[in-house]
Amino acid sequence: MTGREQEVLEAIERRRRRRPRLKDEVVTLAHGAGGKATRTLIEALFLEEFGNPRLAPLADAALFDVAGARFAFTTDSYVVKPLFFPGGDIGELAVNGTVNDLAVAGARPLFLTAGFIVEEGFPTADLRRVAASVGRAARAAGVEVVAGDTKVVERGKGDGVYINTSGIGVLEHEHDLSPASVRPGDKVLVSGTLGDHGIAVMVARGSLELEVDLDSDTAPLTELVHGLLSATPGVRCLRDLTRGGLATALNEIADAANVSIVIDEAALPIRPEVNGACEILGIDPLYVANEGKLVAIVAPEALAAAYSALGSSPLGIDTEIVGEVRADAEGMVFLDTAFGGRRVVDVLVGDPLPRIC
Amino acid sequence: MRYVDEYRSGKIALDLSQRIESVLEPGRKYKLMEVCGGHTHTIYKHGIENLLPPAVDLIHGPGCPVCVIPMGRIDDAIAIAERPNVIFTTFGDMMRVPGGNGSLLEAKARGADVRMVYSPLDALRIARENPERETVFFAIGFETTTPSTALTLLRARSEGIRNFFVFANHVTIIPAIRAILGSPDLRLDGFIGPGHVSTVIGTVPYRFIAESYGKPLVVAGFEPLDVLQAAYMVLLQLAEGRCEVENQYTRVVREAGNPRALEAIAETMELRTTFEWRGLGFISQSALALRVEFADWDAERRYDVPGVRVADPKACQCGEVLKGVIKPWECKVFGTACTPERPIGTCMVSSEGACAAYYNYGRFTRRLETVAT
Repeated sequence: MTGREQEVLEAIERRRRRRPRLKDEVVTLAHGAGGKATRTLIEALFLEEFGNPRLAPLADAALFDVAGARFAFTTDSYVVKPLFFPGGDIGELAVNGTVNDLAVAGARPLFLTAGFIVEEGFPTADLRRVAASVGRAARAAGVEVVAGDTKVVERGKGDGVYINTSGIGVLEHEHDLSPASVRPGDKVLVSGTLGDHGIAVMVARGSLELEVDLDSDTAPLTELVHGLLSATPGVRCLRDLTRGGLATALNEIADAANVSIVIDEAALPIRPEVNGACEILGIDPLYVANEGKLVAIVAPEALAAAYSALGSSPLGIDTEIVGEVRADAEGMVFLDTAFGGRRVVDVLVGDPLPRIC
Repeated sequence: MRYVDEYRSGKIALDLSQRIESVLEPGRKYKLMEVCGGHTHTIYKHGIENLLPPAVDLIHGPGCPVCVIPMGRIDDAIAIAERPNVIFTTFGDMMRVPGGNGSLLEAKARGADVRMVYSPLDALRIARENPERETVFFAIGFETTTPSTALTLLRARSEGIRNFFVFANHVTIIPAIRAILGSPDLRLDGFIGPGHVSTVIGTVPYRFIAESYGKPLVVAGFEPLDVLQAAYMVLLQLAEGRCEVENQYTRVVREAGNPRALEAIAETMELRTTFEWRGLGFISQSALALRVEFADWDAERRYDVPGVRVADPKACQCGEVLKGVIKPWECKVFGTACTPERPIGTCMVSSEGACAAYYNYGRFTRRLETVAT
């Protein structure tokens, strides 16, 4: 490598390490897509204005102690289109999504709040259907909705209904599940097939004229996580695979832990329907969302216990060991392709927009 | 996936990469250009570059339709999209490409009605469903996507739909290859030819590449084994001292192409005298406009399109990168003024552009090479 090339690469590396600056004049959909643009918005705007040590790690939930007990606290908003899709609806999603953010923080979710923003003209029958779904999902997840809020906005100012849920849970295990505890040699497991939710919703939008028999995988992960954490002390880090999919979750872990992660394409559990739809749409299933799956990083000696704990739960029957943590190339995620090659799995710049060719 | 997995066998790939190794001349370096962005995508997705011996370098050519649209045309598109009664439809990956005045995604954020479609027929459907508004389709792409625009125009005419307009930016691949071949500093040994384009135009139009310029070309499909086999076929030609146009993609591509598609294009569109390409500048007879018979559906005639010309920054050396003359890191603005988040030039726009790939993965690739040597 020449001196000049070395200099250029080092300059890029320094730039990558720098805190991002927000240069965009307006917010675009890319800022909400979970990739680099979202990260920039959060770090350069929100963290800048109200950052504090508990928020700074940008974890799924904030952890804190009150009167000797340890709690996890989180919030999330749901703006999915369409509101009803195969395998679920916005109400169920709003409960499970927040429950799962608490679960992967190692907490048992206890209480939720639910804020509804409803568009003028929205049928009350549909609102009842959504509310019933919230109630049903909360009972199934073992949480209570203890506070709420309702706002109605003018026709045309919303997409029917948006829901925000906040949740609080109690930490029952001693595990340190922050990415900083991840070590080279650790193994990567996923609890089931990738991309089911994202593809089910895309197909349900109806504009694609694809016929795919696929349900969203939305489900509460509390029991799955509880089983895993009870089975072994060797669980290092957990993430639920929502927006941005497995690729984004692993990039965040690799970056925070200063390690690299190598995953094996042949081991990835992906339904043929999801693979086929992704092929047609020009989308990479690694970036497609789930709403009832997690990735677990576990110590090598904990692998057998973790694998069997996840696999013995109904939500984890398709658990696979998909990769390994390495020491070199800090912050990078690689994929060993089934074809025999290797490629970088990067953070998306914006939305995973379909390619034209 | 049926019919697909058989083209993704790691075992056959390994065998092919050994055969590639066996036909190389010791000490010689090889530069092959894959013309088509679809091939570049396959190469990255399946990690094909590290299945090739280090002596074989793949140069990513000008065949990414998103990359070659000049900034001025994006600004023109935004000007149309921002008209009050317009629904502006476009393929997804065009929404992020920056013009001199931001991207369509930003125009959408400012209030323009920009919608993503998967085909021009979707745009026509939107026009049908919104008779009181005007729907414009941003038609881009090589011969791969041109026939569907042509057929959509024919349907718009036969159905008498008058609120549908096409902003034509279709480009043709042969003049772009000719421009690259005509460069005095050309460093290429051979070409992997674009498969989808060839299903339309056939293989005959490439003959001049072998006959006049002495470079072999192999038309390839888009599965990873297709690309690897095509690389082998080009290298085998070089080893045997042959120089021909060969067709690896025989399951789809016919020598004469697709006459019906060509007829539809000829009926609806004609060559422009000249057209600007990002990174390559103006190339004569390299793009299509709607024929006067389709003036009623022509967005350029319907609207006062500003026709903005935004020159690529002087320091931007996309042209040289595309021709394999310089490496991305040798460009003056690489990694400083030009980054994937704020691209200036062609090669940094698409995530598969040579510069974006090098920016994102360069340090990893170089480290691998250092370890190997």
